Amino acid sequence: MPVEQLSHFHGGLKLPGFKALSTNSPIQKMALLAEYRLPLQQHIGEPAEAIVSVGERVLKGQMIAQAQGSISAPIHAPTSGTISAIDKQAVAHISRLPATCITLTSDGLDEASPAHPLGETYRQLGKQTLYEHLRQAGIVGLGGATFPTATKLALASRRPLKTLIINGAECEPYITCDQKLMEERADEVLKGIHVLIHSLRPRQCLIGVEDNKPAAINALNEALKNDPTPSSVSIKIVAIASLYPTGGEKQLIKVLTDQEVPSGGFPGDLGIVCQNIGSAYAIYRAIYEAEPLISRIVTLTGAGIQNPGNWEVLIGTPIKQLSQAGGGYTDDVQRLIMGGPMMGLALHSDELPISKASNCILALSSSELPKTETVSPCIRCGVCVEVCPANLLPQQLYWHSRAKDFDKAQDNNLFDCIECGCCDYVCPSHIPLVSFYRYAKTQIWNAERERQKADQARERHQFREQRIELAKQEKEAKMAKRRAALKAKKAGDSSSSAKQDAIKAALARVQAKKSNKASNSEGTQG
Amino acid sequence: MLSALIVLTLLSLAFGLLLGFSSIRFKVEGDPVVDQIDALLPQTQCGQCGYPGCRPYATALAEGNEEINRCPPGGEAGIQALADLLGREVIPLDPEAGEESEPELAIIDEHACIGCTLCIQACPVDAILGAAKQMHTVIESECTGCKLCLDPCPVDCILMVPNPESLNSWKWPYPASKQPTAAQHKTAS
Repeated sequence: MPVEQLSHFHGGLKLPGFKALSTNSPIQKMALLAEYRLPLQQHIGEPAEAIVSVGERVLKGQMIAQAQGSISAPIHAPTSGTISAIDKQAVAHISRLPATCITLTSDGLDEASPAHPLGETYRQLGKQTLYEHLRQAGIVGLGGATFPTATKLALASRRPLKTLIINGAECEPYITCDQKLMEERADEVLKGIHVLIHSLRPRQCLIGVEDNKPAAINALNEALKNDPTPSSVSIKIVAIASLYPTGGEKQLIKVLTDQEVPSGGFPGDLGIVCQNIGSAYAIYRAIYEAEPLISRIVTLTGAGIQNPGNWEVLIGTPIKQLSQAGGGYTDDVQRLIMGGPMMGLALHSDELPISKASNCILALSSSELPKTETVSPCIRCGVCVEVCPANLLPQQLYWHSRAKDFDKAQDNNLFDCIECGCCDYVCPSHIPLVSFYRYAKTQIWNAERERQKADQARERHQFREQRIELAKQEKEAKMAKRRAALKAKKAGDSSSSAKQDAIKAALARVQAKKSNKASNSEGTQG
Repeated sequence: MLSALIVLTLLSLAFGLLLGFSSIRFKVEGDPVVDQIDALLPQTQCGQCGYPGCRPYATALAEGNEEINRCPPGGEAGIQALADLLGREVIPLDPEAGEESEPELAIIDEHACIGCTLCIQACPVDAILGAAKQMHTVIESECTGCKLCLDPCPVDCILMVPNPESLNSWKWPYPASKQPTAAQHKTAS
C-alpha cells in the first residue's frame, strides 16, 4: 500500500460497518427465474422507450427498450423468453407511484443473442465508437447515481483530463458488493479500467479503497502486478481512511487529490472523472464478453436475512426471489431497505424488481431498527455543521426549508447537499433534516418546471393572437379587394350605359335608314 | 460670482445634453413593468381575472387600476409575488374571480366527440388538435387547464382531470413531525 499524505474532507462520521455479515461467502449466482420485471426508468434522465411488443420472443442480451434523448440508457433482456406485459407496475421509488415496466416470462433456455466481443481490439477504436458501444450496452454509474456512463465519459473527454478516479470506497454500512467484486474479479475490473484509460487518456489513475477492505486492496495490487498489458499511465491503489461518506464523488476527490469541486461545478472542471468499481466491471463485460448490463452484484444482508451474502442478480429479479435465495427472512424481520441504512429507501413490498441502481437489499431486525423518537425543536447546537461533508450549514438549510423560503435555502447552497444523512444521524433533536432538504429541492424543481410551462404557454398564446390578427388582416384585405372589384364593376356598368346609348343610336340610325329606304322604294314603285 | 454662474450653466447644459442623448440612445422598447408582472402570472390564459389573457391583466396591474388578487391559478403564492414586486399589501384572493385549485388537464372523451371544432377555437394556447367532423384530442403537454373549452362543447365530452404525477414530477411531501424516513434511519450501534 502506498504511504501517502492524504487529505480529508470536512466532517464525516465513523460508523459501525456491519460488513462482515455478508463477506463470508463468495459471490453466488441465482438460478433462472420464471419472470423478470424491467422498469423503463433505471437511470437518471429520460426513461427508455420500449421497442418490443407483447408476445414477442426475445433473446438474452437483446435490447428491449432504447435510449430516448441524450441522457438516457437502453434496457436489455436478462434472459430469453416472451414479453408478457408492458404496463405500469410498482417500482422501488419513494413516491410509491407505479411506472412503466416490461415483464419478461423466461423460457428457461437462456438463449443468448449472437455476440461479437471486441476483446483487445477495442484498442484500435476511437473514443466515440467506444462510447457508442458502452451506450448501447446500457451501462450507467453503478455507485448509486445511475448517470449514463457513456454520456459522463463523453462530457469528461472534451477537456484535457488529469486524473481518472476509480471509486472503490463503498463507505455505507452493510454494503459489500463492490468489496466482493474487487476481491474476486480484480483482473476483470482492471481490464475495465484499461478501457477507461484508453478512451480518456488521463495522466494518472487512482483507485480509492477504504482501508477496512484489506483483501480487496491486496487483490487489486496482485492483479496490477500480474497485469499482462501494463498501461503507460500510472495506476495507483490508494488505501483511504474509512469515514462515511468517503464514497461520495466530491469527498473522494478531496481525499485523493486535495482539490474541491466548486459549488455548482463538476469534477470535469478540475480535470477529474470518477467511475465506480461496478461500472468498470460492467465495461469489462460489455467489451470483452459483449454482454450488456443485464446483471449486477447485490448485497443481501441484515439480521433479518437467514444467510446474508452477495449475489450476482439479473436486473428485473423480484426482491422476494433474492431473499429466498438467501434462505428467506428471519422471524424477526422488521424493515426492508434498498441501499444502505444511511441513504437507502425503505420498501413497502418485496415484490419490487432489482434495478441497475440496487446495490443492496437490507432486511433489518428489531434489534437493528432505530427507536422512533419524537422530534424536538432545534436547539442550534451546531453538531450538524461539524459533521456535514459538503461544508454546509444544515441548520440554516433546515430553517429556510421549513419556512418554505426556498430562495434563502438556495443561497445557502441547498443543491450542494448530497443527502448523506450525517446531520440526521447526529441531530440530538431527531429532526428529519434530509427530508426537509429533499422537500425543498423537489419544490424548487417543480417551480422551475412550472415556470418553463408558463413560458411555453405564453409563447403559444402570443403566437395564436398573432395568427388571429393576421387572419383578420387577410380577411380585411380580401374584403377590400372585393369592394374595389365591385366598385370597378359598377363603374363598368355606367360605361356600358354609354355603350347602350351608342347601340340605341345605331339602332335609331338603322331605323331611320330603313324608313328612308322604304320611302325611296315607295317612291320608285310610285 | 459670474464665473460660478457660467460654470454651473455650462455644467447643467452638458448634463442636460447627456441625459437627452441617453434617453434616445438607451430607449427601452415596451413596458418592462408589464413584462415583469407577466413573468409572475401563471400564463393559464383562463380569463378568470376578467381580462382576455394574462398580459392584459398585467397591463392593467401596471397601470395601477386593478387589484392583485384576481388570479386564481396563481393563488396565494402569486399574490405574494405580485405584492412583493409592486410594493402593495397582500390581500386574500377575490372570491369573485374564483377559487385556487390544483392545476388540471382537459381530456376529451373521444367516443363522444362529434368534431365540431368549437373547443379548438376556444383554446387560448392551441392545445387541441382536430378538424371538422374528425375526432379531437388534447395535447397534454400544452394544456394549461384553463377550462375555456368546457363551455363551448355542445356534447359535454371534455372533462378536467388532475395533472398526472410521474416519477420525475413527484414532489417530496412536507416532512411530518414523527415518522422516520429511510435516510433518517440510523444504524444501531
